[in-house]
Amino acid sequence: MEEDKHMEEGETEKGLEVAPAIIASHPTQNSVSVAVGSDLRVFDLRGDCPVNLVDDSGGPMHNDSIRAIRYGASGKRFVSAGDDKLVKIWSAETWHCIHTVNSEKRVTAVAISNDDLYVCFADKFGVVWGVDLHALDDNQTLVNMKPSPMLAHYCSIITSLEFSPDGRFIVSADRDFKIRVTVFPKKPLDGAHEIQSYCLGHTEFVSCVAFLCTLDYPHGLLLSGSGDSTVRLWDISSGSVLDTCEVGAKAGLLESNGSEEDSSTVTDLCVIPGSMFVAVAIQSLQGIMVLSCDISARTLCVAKVVSIPGENFIPTSLGCSSSAELLWIVTGVSNLRGFDYPSLARVRVISGFKKGNPDSSIVLEDNEIPGGEKLLEKLQGTISIEENVFSAAAEAVKTAMSNLLLKKQYPSERREFRKRTRNDRKIKK
Amino acid sequence: MLQSKSNPTLSKSTGLPRKRFYRARAHSNPLSDSHFPVPVSPSHVDYSLSYPLFFTSSDQADSSRKIKFADIGCGFGGLLISLSTLFPDTLMIGMELRDKVTEYVKERILALRISNHSQYQNISVVRTNSMKYIPNYFEKGQLSKMFFLFPDPHFKEKNHRRRVISMHLLDEYAYVLGIGGIIYTITDVEELGDWMKTCLESHPMFEALAEEELEADPVVKLLSSATEEGQKVARNGGQTFQAVYRRVVPSQ
Ligand SMILES: C[S@@+](CC[C@H](N)C(=O)[O-])C[C@H]1O[C@@H](n2cnc3c(N)ncnc32)[C@H](O)[C@@H]1O
Repeated sequence: MEEDKHMEEGETEKGLEVAPAIIASHPTQNSVSVAVGSDLRVFDLRGDCPVNLVDDSGGPMHNDSIRAIRYGASGKRFVSAGDDKLVKIWSAETWHCIHTVNSEKRVTAVAISNDDLYVCFADKFGVVWGVDLHALDDNQTLVNMKPSPMLAHYCSIITSLEFSPDGRFIVSADRDFKIRVTVFPKKPLDGAHEIQSYCLGHTEFVSCVAFLCTLDYPHGLLLSGSGDSTVRLWDISSGSVLDTCEVGAKAGLLESNGSEEDSSTVTDLCVIPGSMFVAVAIQSLQGIMVLSCDISARTLCVAKVVSIPGENFIPTSLGCSSSAELLWIVTGVSNLRGFDYPSLARVRVISGFKKGNPDSSIVLEDNEIPGGEKLLEKLQGTISIEENVFSAAAEAVKTAMSNLLLKKQYPSERREFRKRTRNDRKIKK
Repeated sequence: MLQSKSNPTLSKSTGLPRKRFYRARAHSNPLSDSHFPVPVSPSHVDYSLSYPLFFTSSDQADSSRKIKFADIGCGFGGLLISLSTLFPDTLMIGMELRDKVTEYVKERILALRISNHSQYQNISVVRTNSMKYIPNYFEKGQLSKMFFLFPDPHFKEKNHRRRVISMHLLDEYAYVLGIGGIIYTITDVEELGDWMKTCLESHPMFEALAEEELEADPVVKLLSSATEEGQKVARNGGQTFQAVYRRVVPSQ
């Protein structure tokens, strides 16, 4: 009963769980969004001002940890979802909430189809649901916007959902070690039954997936990061692994204090659009690792480590726009207990990837970030953060990330006790 | 012969394992987490362990040979044993969640291999949760037959998602079955029979076999007679409900 139980128990711990801060950047960098706990913060880079979210969908605002935020590829729409079982669909132009979908279970991942017509979200039971957004464009009544189950990973929590660049497939990764590639059908609400491939090779949970594509390779190659300290490159049509990059080994070498075992878990990946570079967040690394992909040789290797000095800055999430000027990085957690701040979010920015040479990338000072102090005040909740908050938060960040990615382990005595007290187990003669 | 003197779990007269030493609880919860090894991918499945005669370590020439039949929730293994001699050149595997039952089937097969020289080399059993790990064992389109005989009924509505046939799991079975592959289901629980039929009927990648096809297929006759559960139902004069469907290319 283990897994079943904890999923159900989880439902009652509302508000107590610590969630990592997450970040997303608009595809053409019109805005940047950060979510910490139930708080969704958006800064309008075009207008150079903080955004006031307006909810006229009639649904409630988020009231528990937000676990996933996403812009659609066109930049018109935005979704936020999480532990409060709400999937909120926003206009990324006016920042009105257009619609609120109620999920039966907590939501762990979301994606918007490339044509903006479907929102897909994954729940705590491993089911991926589809919501048809046609009605939004047609100004119809939104009655038929109930989610329908499309596919499922049998009782494994889905950590990441991605559409392939050509829109033909939807990729779902889970806390076991599976990546499933499913044909995205013409009528998704009737179910996505046709599995194209499984990308199998990771030996721990898969934390993140992302596509790398170029004009020459419009179908793209898939990248995945995992608790097994590797980033892998896949051909999704066959599910075969093209290359495996051991980032753990590299991160360990570079980190003097990276002594703990779980320290090289890959927590997030972000492809720098239009380049061959992939930014990687690693559990112990104060900064990011940049991998370089040779798409014709189909290889992946470490190009550089960009460290972020001071501050104990271990990223919890990465975001990048397709115009690729900047890599947005956040670290933070909700529910920092015993501090003046209820939560922590610290935003840093790395620039210079466009040059095609990772050596030209630099970490911007706060006053060099577009939006400057106004942006930091909005996204962080405060302009400057005291040093001691960072060190206090470091532990919390770690806990939040492992809670998110690792399965709960039950002590063996408890498991034995449960077994012993089962009725059907009593010896029958 | 096996060391039947020293092993009390084997019957002295037949050399076969005695079932009462392998009794386990009636139902396992397929959602609980694994405490058994899982192959990382189908290419990591070690065939030489399961089918030593087909895959002697010195002779890897046969490495293109793949498992073709899977008996899901094989229980005590009766179906595998009947199929083994009917399709002597086909590799088949039973998947079973209960540890003790799996051990029993392993012993049973070993004993049969010994007492029937050169037979029963094509069948094997593995302990796993088929609801989670089928893609770890089989490649796309690898299987030609899958069996679901007398699966646990999970009556309560909230436990329906534990049923081994569901719309979502059929997606996986459609993935591991080749085009034209056949899925065989049977149960003595009418409600479950209806459920399995409805799922298969609604799934775009499965199509019912015609009456003549069912009659011509020698395997269909085994569904109600070959397994321990089937024999029990037959002894008690129970009714059975079967659904046999073929994997097809989805229309559109
Ligand atoms: C009622 S028995 C039927 C056994 C056999 N097919 C027969 O007809 O005699 C169902 C079997 O399925 C097994 N089972 C249930 N869930 C399973 C799962 N997820 N993976 C593998 N086996 C499972 C049970 O342990 C049990 O042995």
